Amino acid sequence: MSDKRTFEIYRYDPDRDQKPYMQTLEVELDGSERMLLDALMKLKKVDPTLSFRRSCREGVCGSDAMNINGKNGLACLTNMRTLPQKVVLRPLPGLPVVRDLIVDMSPFFKQYHSIKPYIVNDTPPPEKERLQSQEDREELNGLYECILCACCSTSCPSFWWNPDKFVGPAGLLAAYRFIADTRDQVREERLDNLEDPYRLFRCHTIMNCVDVCPKGLNPTKAIGKIKQMLVSRS
Amino acid sequence: MALAIHKYDAVVIGAGGAGMRCSLQLARAGLKVAVLSKVFPTRSHTVAAQGGIGAALGNMDEDNWHYHFYDTVKGSDWLGDQDAIEFMCREAPKVVYDLEHMGMPFDRNPDGTIYQRPFGGHSAKYGEKPVPRACAAADRTGHAMLHTLYQQNVRSNTIFYVEWMAQDLIRDAEGDVVGVTALEMETGELAIFHAKCVLLATGGAGRIFAASTNAYINTGDGLGMAARAGIPLEDMEFWQFHPTGVHNAGVLLTEGCRGEGGILRNKHGERFMERYAPKLKDLAPRDFVSRCMDQEIKEGRGCGPNGDYIALDLTHLGAETIMKRLPSVHEIGKNFANVDVIREPIPVVPTIHYQMGGIPTNIHGQVVVPKDGNPNTVVPGLYAIGECSCVSVHGANRLGTNSLLDLLVFGRAAGNHLIETALASKAWKPLPADAADRTRERIARLDASTSGEYAQDVANDLRQTMQKHAGVFRTQASMDEGVKRVMEIDERARHIALKDKSKVFNTARIEALEVANLMEAAKATMVSAAARKESRGAHTVNDYGDTPEFPLGRNDRDWLRHTLWYSEGNRLDYKPVNLKPLTVESIPPVKRTF
Repeated sequence: MSDKRTFEIYRYDPDRDQKPYMQTLEVELDGSERMLLDALMKLKKVDPTLSFRRSCREGVCGSDAMNINGKNGLACLTNMRTLPQKVVLRPLPGLPVVRDLIVDMSPFFKQYHSIKPYIVNDTPPPEKERLQSQEDREELNGLYECILCACCSTSCPSFWWNPDKFVGPAGLLAAYRFIADTRDQVREERLDNLEDPYRLFRCHTIMNCVDVCPKGLNPTKAIGKIKQMLVSRS
Repeated sequence: MALAIHKYDAVVIGAGGAGMRCSLQLARAGLKVAVLSKVFPTRSHTVAAQGGIGAALGNMDEDNWHYHFYDTVKGSDWLGDQDAIEFMCREAPKVVYDLEHMGMPFDRNPDGTIYQRPFGGHSAKYGEKPVPRACAAADRTGHAMLHTLYQQNVRSNTIFYVEWMAQDLIRDAEGDVVGVTALEMETGELAIFHAKCVLLATGGAGRIFAASTNAYINTGDGLGMAARAGIPLEDMEFWQFHPTGVHNAGVLLTEGCRGEGGILRNKHGERFMERYAPKLKDLAPRDFVSRCMDQEIKEGRGCGPNGDYIALDLTHLGAETIMKRLPSVHEIGKNFANVDVIREPIPVVPTIHYQMGGIPTNIHGQVVVPKDGNPNTVVPGLYAIGECSCVSVHGANRLGTNSLLDLLVFGRAAGNHLIETALASKAWKPLPADAADRTRERIARLDASTSGEYAQDVANDLRQTMQKHAGVFRTQASMDEGVKRVMEIDERARHIALKDKSKVFNTARIEALEVANLMEAAKATMVSAAARKESRGAHTVNDYGDTPEFPLGRNDRDWLRHTLWYSEGNRLDYKPVNLKPLTVESIPPVKRTF
């Protein structure tokens, strides 16, 4: 079964290259490379300098996010059958490139950290678990599953323009995960923290985030709920 | 050029469940702690755990830690140390409640308590019937737990060195561990971390096998560091095959599938586990189920055109249960097998999953080695917890859900021990003059290499060799040959060439450095396995079958003991199993049936 693919890959090693360039690599797949990540591992044998992050290879660790034929996604969850003969790979847009497909994620994590991504409940805990109804727990579905791959935030034009001021879809999804948790005690503070023309309201419901999320999550919906809460408390 | 020296009270290597549970304890106590990780913390492999955390909360059926203790001892095929097992099972409810208080999004029962599901080998009333003991967040328990621990570490201002790969332990003339060398991946710079204590929480070495549920990062780095520093590795012949890895993909499908009612079937559609384990059926422990599956396949009852897999059938559970309790399983089926598990069974095979052995420790996480007649002499300054360690709570076979539990219990215990004793009194010991020499030599050799093999080619040969010679069913002859093959590959691994000499995020250099660690783990496994002349737990050898004297091939007379493998000289030593629990009666070894 012959499956010859052409890869065009963004390459840049600041230690060696004056400027970035697109490298063309032809590779013959033998059918054992189900996913794009498998193909990338094969390409790395051809050219060991090709650099990208990877770990779990099953879509839960969030390491191998990249721009695949113009759309952000995880290499390990992108089936080669769904890709055309020519595959163009670029680093996630909007973040500084460290090398090849590896970006500096710190602006992304800085925004995640800015929403205080942890439960705050300083009441002395009971001896056993804090009780939570099944309905209240269900509120967290679609929120806690985020893998912090940054596919969403780096596909968002508002985040490209204001990565230092706009929290971005991933951070806002996380913000709502804690707002929605009945065990958290600082909801008002969390809302205060987002009531700002940039931090939350730069979201213009373009919905690229929903389109690219490899886990099928919907940050726009969560953002909508936060906006509603801010409106109803004012 | 002098290396940068970073000074901390404690340095934790690895930001998985164990490392971050420990660092949280330290940071909360106000200690200066650094956590080094090859990947961003939430990308550590704990994230891939699915089914649950074992704890006898009794939320859904009568349960208590004595049952859990019994199941774990029996599950370990009596190789587990009963003091450590008692400690873990007693602490279990506490660490689960702690995690809930940290914000862990557990599933809930109608009364608001934590949801629990049955799991392999977990039973009520000493083996009578399965009991729901696995505390679960859908089938994403590891993800939910790892993110919760990271979040709480953020709150407690833990200092993370993200994308730093630890290289070598620094021991002084007295043998105390006083620090560690580490490579910053982004810059390629080497640095020294000078610490009162170093804690290894680097996870397992599942990548020594070709078909593995493990992440690419699971290269046994802590094992390599320990072995190079003269510390033995314990019980490395014991590797768990998880019964349900996706056929041809290796991706894990949680035992929670069977906990929720899923059934394993052969090509006749028969629920064959009823024949092998009349009481626990599909929920017998993993070593047992994996062997039964292999038996079915060997005897011609495997499924598919080549008769080489077993069918995991969830179709009778209904879409609602599957989408609520096993949503990731549904997703994995779609992505990696092109199967909708709601409608059709999914092909599975036993797949390498977990390393029962590791760096020997006591229940405080302190690394212990034989010295002056005492098999458990503490190595000052060094701790190990989680999959890289061997305390030993899993013995010859781990029960599902006991790994996440292990991370929480011993992460917390090691943290407490560090705070209370080691750090309270101890100052920094001086660094030896040659602190970074070993690491510098290793890196310099790679940087100077001009010709030789590519690291991944050597690693792939190693993985194929381990798969062939240290698989589910082992034979003495095959293991003996495996030792020779692995030693040949070890020689090749010394001459790996590095083509990419860039300083910036050089993943080829990282891979080459990882091969050195894989080699130590593989040698330990192969040599220890070939030497153990019995069948016990996951170590099943065709030559040592069921006899009246040695039921199921287990030879308690000669082999009820822990293996210790030393890298230097490929030497083996042994130490007794601790059959004495802390407070309760010992569970004496008997033939294992389910």
